[in-house]
Amino acid sequence: MIPELGTYSTILALCLSLVLSVVPMIGAHTGNKLWVDYARPLAKGVFAFLTLAMLCLGYAFLTDDFSVVYVANGSNTALPWYYKISAIWGGHEGSLLLWVWIQAFWTLAVAIKSRNLPLDIIGRVLAVMGMITSAFLLFILFTSSPFDRFLPNFPMEGGDLNPLLQDFGLIVHPPALYMGYVGLSVAFSFAIAALLSGRLDAAWARWSRPWTNVAWAFLTLGIALGSWWAYYELGWGGWWFWDPVENASLMPWLVATALIHSLAVTEKRGVFKSWTVLLAISAFSLSLLGTFLVRSGVLTSVHAFATDPERGLFILGMLIFVIGGSLLLYAIRAGSVKSESSFALSSRETLLLINNILLTVSCAMVLIGTLYPLVMDSLNLGKISVGPPYFNALFVPLMALMCIFLGLASVSRWKQTPLRLFVQQLWLPGVLALVAAFVSHGLYNSAFEPWVLLGLFLAWWIVFCWLRDFSNRLRQRGVMSGLLRQSRSYYGMLLGHLGVAVLVVGVAMVVLFVEHHDARMGPGDEVQFRNYTFIFDGARHVEGPNYISDMGRIRVLKEGQPYRIMYPEKRVYTARGMVMTEVALDPGLFRDLYVAMGEELDNGAWAIRMQYKPFVRWLWLGALFMTAGGLLAASDPRYRKQAQRDAQAAMPAQASQSS
Amino acid sequence: MNAARKQRLLIVLMILLGASVAVGLTAYALSQNINLFYSPSEIHSGMAPKDTRIRAGGMVVEGSIRRDTNSLKVEFDITDYAQSTTVQYVGILPDLFREGQGIVAQGMLNEEGKLIASEVLAKHDENYMPPEIAEALAKAGKMPGMPAAAKEY
Repeated sequence: MIPELGTYSTILALCLSLVLSVVPMIGAHTGNKLWVDYARPLAKGVFAFLTLAMLCLGYAFLTDDFSVVYVANGSNTALPWYYKISAIWGGHEGSLLLWVWIQAFWTLAVAIKSRNLPLDIIGRVLAVMGMITSAFLLFILFTSSPFDRFLPNFPMEGGDLNPLLQDFGLIVHPPALYMGYVGLSVAFSFAIAALLSGRLDAAWARWSRPWTNVAWAFLTLGIALGSWWAYYELGWGGWWFWDPVENASLMPWLVATALIHSLAVTEKRGVFKSWTVLLAISAFSLSLLGTFLVRSGVLTSVHAFATDPERGLFILGMLIFVIGGSLLLYAIRAGSVKSESSFALSSRETLLLINNILLTVSCAMVLIGTLYPLVMDSLNLGKISVGPPYFNALFVPLMALMCIFLGLASVSRWKQTPLRLFVQQLWLPGVLALVAAFVSHGLYNSAFEPWVLLGLFLAWWIVFCWLRDFSNRLRQRGVMSGLLRQSRSYYGMLLGHLGVAVLVVGVAMVVLFVEHHDARMGPGDEVQFRNYTFIFDGARHVEGPNYISDMGRIRVLKEGQPYRIMYPEKRVYTARGMVMTEVALDPGLFRDLYVAMGEELDNGAWAIRMQYKPFVRWLWLGALFMTAGGLLAASDPRYRKQAQRDAQAAMPAQASQSS
Repeated sequence: MNAARKQRLLIVLMILLGASVAVGLTAYALSQNINLFYSPSEIHSGMAPKDTRIRAGGMVVEGSIRRDTNSLKVEFDITDYAQSTTVQYVGILPDLFREGQGIVAQGMLNEEGKLIASEVLAKHDENYMPPEIAEALAKAGKMPGMPAAAKEY
């Protein structure tokens, strides 16, 4: 009964969102206020019914209702309750429901938080979001309903959640990532609404900026969580594999990063307008492309749940419709967009343009590397794969270049910046960064490594350049009042850029100073590297709630003194008979010790993987800084106050339009 | 040409230059880093190049796994049920590596036609067969049993 209620409320949500995508749009077009006013209650209704659907699915999981196909495939009575809840998005159907629920949540948030927007804009924005919701709901109802039943004979026991996904990382990674992916639809809808209304101005950029920042922050968080999860769950200590599925999330992130910067230029200076619109369209299109790649089964990975061509075709059709339709609209409307000001070649605008070019070029090259094998395959030109060296060779130099410009941008000014200002302001940070790079490399007791030096220099360069800007601002009006006077967006920006520096340190250190030791170890054998000694004491059998395990015991000595005991595991999950590696970690701010068990050899000997990973935590710490920076910037009260003024300014225009 | 136009031209030229450098580098990097896939039959017939990184895949032959007794060196055969290739690997095999399982190995062929693998991949699902292998098996006319997708439950 409950699953049918779930289907029923999904259908009702679809009906409401279909109305939402049509009525306010027509209302905004004809100036019929009553019709536009339908948008907000409809958005609330869609969210309410989808929440009900989510609750129904959650109920089915918690009560082990194996008559529901999706539950029977993805859950098990022995599964702990929290994994039963996260199992809702552990498979294809449920993760789509989560996607569309989050879409409805964003729509609701826009509906509530947009009191100050002109009515015709809000009508169009909500209508476009309604269209996206409708498309996904149609997809769910026609090809992938999580509420389908096994009748009359249903299994007594479920097939269990994929053990890889039985983890805290899976509870949080998909919702965070989807908040980001789907949040980009807000920026997209604002862009489409602006194109439709022909009002591409600073006010439009100001409205969509906080939304884009929040979406970007969640996307950053989601990607970081995915990387962290892969690090400790996949059992070989990598944190980024250039897997097509990872690329699928990186591409929208790169474009969204470009977008938040170009929105800033559009808001402050009224230039780059059509470029910003194009970025907003691309960012959302790429997140749809990501969904297509991951969900259609053209890629094979942990994430590819289903290989059903019908589903792939549906998403492909949607992709073509969204990208084609919005680009067509863009082609028709963008020509009439005029820049409101001009800028000199040496200016903050140019530096941000360079930022945008570097980010979009890196995105394009990730896109080529990801799609090339698919294109070759579909043309029957052979099965190929593009390896990490390709991505590293292109991505790393581009990002290094970007770090240089990121420093330069700190003291640059809008409109025009004399070249001598850069020299005057930044020679000191440059020298300091160089010295700090040598000192910090020297302090870290290891062989000299020029690439590490470069990485450290770039990180320090970013830090010192922005410190310079910060101290300039403080000097203008006393330290205390200067600290208070800076806006939240400014602090958010500082925090985000600091995050980049932290991330760069993490990447440089962990890539170049990592130590791997794979060894065959019998009981009593020891392996020594850095100042640690790893002694294998053998393995014993352990039983968990839904798995049996061989648990190794490894004593770690630091400089000959007992340091700690680590317990890596090799688990067999009984429901699926699947083998899993459970890593033992000794995390630290400056290094992780990473121990994993390989396969059992003979005479109680095991293949053991031991790694020393310097600064690996800094990768995720940097991403957390960026996330916090994005959220802080979005919370700036300036947006709300200014939006009120914009709305008042827009009122007369609207009145004349509707009369 | 007035100043504004000159400036615009400069920007356009800069973008063009950047784009062409990027395209050039991309094409170069792609050509250096593409790993072609070969089935054991193709390797047997000499289609696969030596001293180039390739990918080879097939089912691990039952009873073919030979381990070195005091290191992590391991050798096993992979087959498309028409021909088989020996793979040599030093290191830890993935969790889902076992006899009868489809795997993909990445590495170089040596003079004896043995694949010296730097990486062995087995996907994270026991029913799953890498599409390259499925196709290679189909080509060799040896697709065993029903396709993986059909045994969902």
